[in-house]
Formats: sequence, C-alpha cells, structure tokens
Amino acid sequence: MTPAAPNAPDTPNALDALNLRKVYKRGAEEIVAVDDVSLHVKRGEFVSFIGPSGSGKTTLINILGCLDNATSGSLELGGRTVFSADKCLSESDLTRIRRQVFGYIFQKFYLVPTLTVYENVILPFAFFKKPEAEADPMGILKFLGLDKRTNHRPSELSGGEMQRVAIARSLINKPEILLADEPTGNLDTKRSEEIGQILKSLNEKEGLTVLLVTHNPSLARIAGRTISLIDGRIAG
Amino acid sequence: MAKKINIYQVATKNLLRKKTRTALTILGIALSAWVLISLLGFNRGYEAALNKDIDNMGFQVLVTAKGCPYEAATLMLKGGTGLRYMKESILADILKHPEVERLTPQLMAAIFDPNKGESGGINAYLGVEPTTFPAMKSYLKFKQGAWFTDPNALEAVVGYEAAELEQREVGDKLLIPEKNVEIKVVGILARSGTADDGTIFLPLKTVQKIFDKPGLITAAGIKVRKDANMAELENKLYDLPDVQVVSMAQVKSTIMSLVSTAKVMVFSIALIAILIAMLGVINTILMSVLERYQEIGIIKSMGAMPWDVFRMIWTETVILCLLGGATGIGIAFALSKITDYLIRRLLPYTPTGSLIAIDGNLGLITLGVVMGIGLVSGIYPAWRAARVRPLESIRSEGD
Ligand SMILES: Nc1ncnc2c1ncn2[C@@H]1O[C@H](COP(=O)(O)OP(=O)(O)OP(=O)(O)O)[C@@H](O)[C@H]1O
Ligand SMILES: [Mg+2]
Repeated sequence: MTPAAPNAPDTPNALDALNLRKVYKRGAEEIVAVDDVSLHVKRGEFVSFIGPSGSGKTTLINILGCLDNATSGSLELGGRTVFSADKCLSESDLTRIRRQVFGYIFQKFYLVPTLTVYENVILPFAFFKKPEAEADPMGILKFLGLDKRTNHRPSELSGGEMQRVAIARSLINKPEILLADEPTGNLDTKRSEEIGQILKSLNEKEGLTVLLVTHNPSLARIAGRTISLIDGRIAG
Repeated sequence: MAKKINIYQVATKNLLRKKTRTALTILGIALSAWVLISLLGFNRGYEAALNKDIDNMGFQVLVTAKGCPYEAATLMLKGGTGLRYMKESILADILKHPEVERLTPQLMAAIFDPNKGESGGINAYLGVEPTTFPAMKSYLKFKQGAWFTDPNALEAVVGYEAAELEQREVGDKLLIPEKNVEIKVVGILARSGTADDGTIFLPLKTVQKIFDKPGLITAAGIKVRKDANMAELENKLYDLPDVQVVSMAQVKSTIMSLVSTAKVMVFSIALIAILIAMLGVINTILMSVLERYQEIGIIKSMGAMPWDVFRMIWTETVILCLLGGATGIGIAFALSKITDYLIRRLLPYTPTGSLIAIDGNLGLITLGVVMGIGLVSGIYPAWRAARVRPLESIRSEGD
C-alpha cells in the first residue's frame, strides 16, 4: 500500500461527517449521545477522541465505522455517501464497506478461543476474499512480533499479545481506516505504550487513517489531532 | 500464503469447544437414528419373515371339522377339549380337486398330564402319516434319529423344544398319561423355529389306536399347485359337509392386521424419539449461538454476511446430525440381534426369521432423514445467529 498524500488537493477526505446526532430513547427519557457532531478526517490522519465516560465517544466512533446508524446527519467515506438525509446504503452494502474500508479493534479482544493465533488472524477470509489485497498474514504477524506464536491458542497468550492478535486480524483485509475503541483499556501502562507505538507506526509507515478512542491522555497525544467530547459535543 | 480457513473448519472447531455437550447431542441423534433404521428395517423384515414362515408350514390350506381349533394355542386355552373329528374318507374327496398337489391327514390328541409343570398341564400329540407328512415338511431336519419305522409303531418324533422340556433323547421312553402307553423316542428334530418345535409327533394310526379314534382325523393339510386358483379351491372345499377351510393367506392377513396396530405404536415411539433428538439439536446449537453472541458480532463486523453466519451455524447442525446418524446406523447394524429381541417382546406374534432387514440402502435413507431433520432443526438457531447485529454484541460489555 502506498501512503496516500494527506494534503493532495483533489483526493477526497477519508471521512466527512456532518451534523451527526444520535438519540437513544429509554422509555419517555431521551438520551442525546451524539449531539450535532461535524468532522472531517483526511487520508492518513491520526485522530484521537478523549472525553469523560458517557460523553459519546463509542457511539460516535461506531457511527463513523458503519457499525451503528445515526438518528440524523450524514456520512461520506472517501467521497461516497453512506447515509444522508435522503439516502442510506443497504445492510449488505454496509457489510461490504466494513470489509473493504475498516479494521476494528476493541477493548475486549474477541478472539475465537478454539482457533490458533494464525487462524484468528485469517478468520475474515472464511467469509470473503478481498480481491485487490494480497493478504500477508505472516508479514503482519511478524510486524506485530507474533511470528513465533502462530500456533498458540488465545488462552496461551498475555493480554498484550491477544490485543496484538486482534490488531493483526483487523489489518488482514488491508483496511483504509483503523478504528480503535479503548484498545488499551485492559492493558497495563507498558503494554499500552506498545500498542500506541504499533498504531503510530501503522499510521506513519503504512499511511493508515487511525481513529483512536481513549481515556489515557498520554496515549491520545501520539495522534496528530485530538478531539475532546463532552456530553456528545465536540469541545475542542 | 498457503494456509486457508473456511466456514466448515470454524464450525467443526466450535463443536469441540463444549465436548460433553456435543457428545451428548450426538448420542441423542444416534439413538433416534438407531430406532428409526431398526423400525424401517422391521417394516421390511417382518412381512418377509412371516411369508417365509407360512411357506415353511408346507401347506397353504388346512381343512378341519367345523368348530375344531386348528391352532395349538387355542387348543391349550380350551384345555384339550373341543376337538372335532372328520372321517378319513374325506381325504379322497379332497384329492379329487385338480388344484391339490399333496395332502396329509393329521389327528390331534390332547390329554391332561398331572406330572407336567407344577400343577399339571396339557400334553398334545399330533398323529401324522409317515408317508405324506415328512415329504410335505421337507425343511424339518433331525438333530438325532429319524422318522418312524412303521405306520403302526409305538414311536415318537419330538420337536426340539418339547424334547428339551421333557428332557428326552433318542431311545428314551415317553409315557402317555391315563392311557398308560409307553412310546419310544426315535427322533428329535432340530430347531425349525415353527410350531413344530413344541410338538410330539406320533404315527397317525398309533394315535387313532391309543386314543380310540379309528378312521378319524382332525385336520388335513393341503399343498396347492403353484398355478392354482386358491379362492376357487377354498370355495369348492366348503362344499364338503361340516368342514372349515383355513387358508394361510387368511392367517397372514389376520396377523398383519394385528401387527399393524403394534406398528402404529412403534412408529409413534420413533416419532417421539426423533422429536426429542430434534429439540436436543436445537437446544445445543441455540445455546452455543447465545454463548458466542459477541464472537458472532465480531465476525459480522469483520464483513461476514448474514448468509455466511447462517451457513456456519447450519454446518454445525449438519455435522452433529451426520456424526449422530452414522453412529446410530452403526449401532443398529451391530445390535440388530438385540433390537430383534426387543421387538419380539413387543409384538403379539413374531415369525422366526430375522425381523430386522437393514442394509446399506436403508442406512442411506436413514442418514438422509436424519440430515433432513438436522437441516430443519438448524434453521432457527442459524437464523438467530445470522440476525445478530455487530453493534449489539460489542455493546453488551457487561458479561
Ligand atoms: N444502546 C444504548 N441505549 C441507550 N443508551 C445508550 C446506549 N448506548 C449508549 N448509551 C448512552 O449514550 C451515552 C454515550 O455512551 P457511550 O458509550 O458512547 O460513551 P463513551 O464516551 O464511550 O463512554 P465510556 O468512556 O464509558 O466508554 C451514555 O449516556 C450511554 O448511557
Ligand atoms: Mg466507550
């Protein structure tokens, strides 16, 4: 993959969100989890989101990652409309976007315990082949320092190693955008720094666009831009 | 990179996650497959065995005096009374009909034996003609000895079970109670699996003399020519005075109708067994789907379509049913003797041959049925899994 030039004038942004709003209804009560958020992310950018618990970070990043739908607003990925006031992609189109555009990392690792490290990494290929991608699982595993653990089961790994397997899995489809929702939430400071370095080098060396949600201010600082959310709104 | 992964591998490994549960489910399916194939085999085997039994009787039509019990069992119930007699001269009248190939007269005699069992019992003797009877019952084989030496001899040929019961060997004496006549055992039959096993055969003339029934018989067995019209012959025989005509075809249809009631019961059991196995499969797969909710959600967030997830879960059911079905069919082949025994205890009348006729073909049919059941049972859990939304599972962080 060639790193996309972040500031080339005619390349569309990786992501454009306008006036996103997400309202949860709990009985009569309405919770506005995301309130009028507009956001533009350039290709190859590293953006981190911080904010207190309940400020809507997860909700926002899920909407941006096509895992959730907004109550109103619009979203474009690479210039292509995902949803807007008068248009919305079908569920199978969304699935295709998830395959082609995104890699996801979560606080929990969600590895399949019966599969080996290697099998967990190539698991997405049980469901699809990304035609243009010549997947290189061993290369990815080596990059993440897991090349000696390929035949181990997740239960035999440390938390940091498990998260690295999850990262490897999220990279296997050569995504354009990596979404990481508190990827270090279950890890100690040292492991957290490791994961941070991995994300940073994926961004710098591979040109991957990275959106990172974290509570950890020092982790957030590795990003080129930090967005702070309070009560569902961008505070700065 | 050469190493690949597919949905089927993932499904197989999922099943290994809870080994005991998987094994128990497979066992449940195996049991119902066993019941199913055994019943299908029984459905085929029973009639074939019955036909063989009837062929083995040697005759297709029995003529008796009106009101005379023609079955040993009925005779026992009536305590040896109720026998009716025909004159031997009737044989010539029967032989006149061109349909008759062979004919053998029989005289049944029954007597109370106070020494039999704990409180005494009925001893039945069948007088048969040495010239015609052995020829008609050519399938009877001797364990020891041979047929009578003389039509008037005081000799007996004892059926296999009767010999065991009375503990007699060739050369031993048999005492006929009340008559105080001693008879020498000259032959013991090998087991034939027919009513003959429990019978004591004497020469016809001897029975007539001992029991004081000169010139009388109780029945005449008729072997009908192959191409003859059975119904027509029956009609013609009814023209003889005071006889009843029992055709084996009639006996067979009576037995088959008795058995069909039992069959309905047995098939209901099979149906219940299958339903239970189905519920077992649904339960197992549904539980594993619910346990893997988050995992399935992640798989979907990675880009699996609902149909992919559906196939994965469906594959798990199919694997369970395939293994269970194959095991059950294997068990059925290995234990067909035991199944045979169990069915024998359930049914009012069972022929002697193998009741369970199972073969590879039936095995395939059963496997097909079990697979069909698996596919149907898998639909709901697979649909539930296919419907899992990626977000839901990621959100349910609590557990
Ligand atoms: N499925 C839901 N139904 C109702 N309310 C929800 C739901 N999901 C989130 N919320 C609410 O929306 C708000 C934002 O939640 P969100 O999970 O996005 O916050 P967050 O910033 O990720 O918090 P944390 O740092 O604790 O992960 C919260 O008030 C939360 O209670
Ligand atoms: Mg969150």
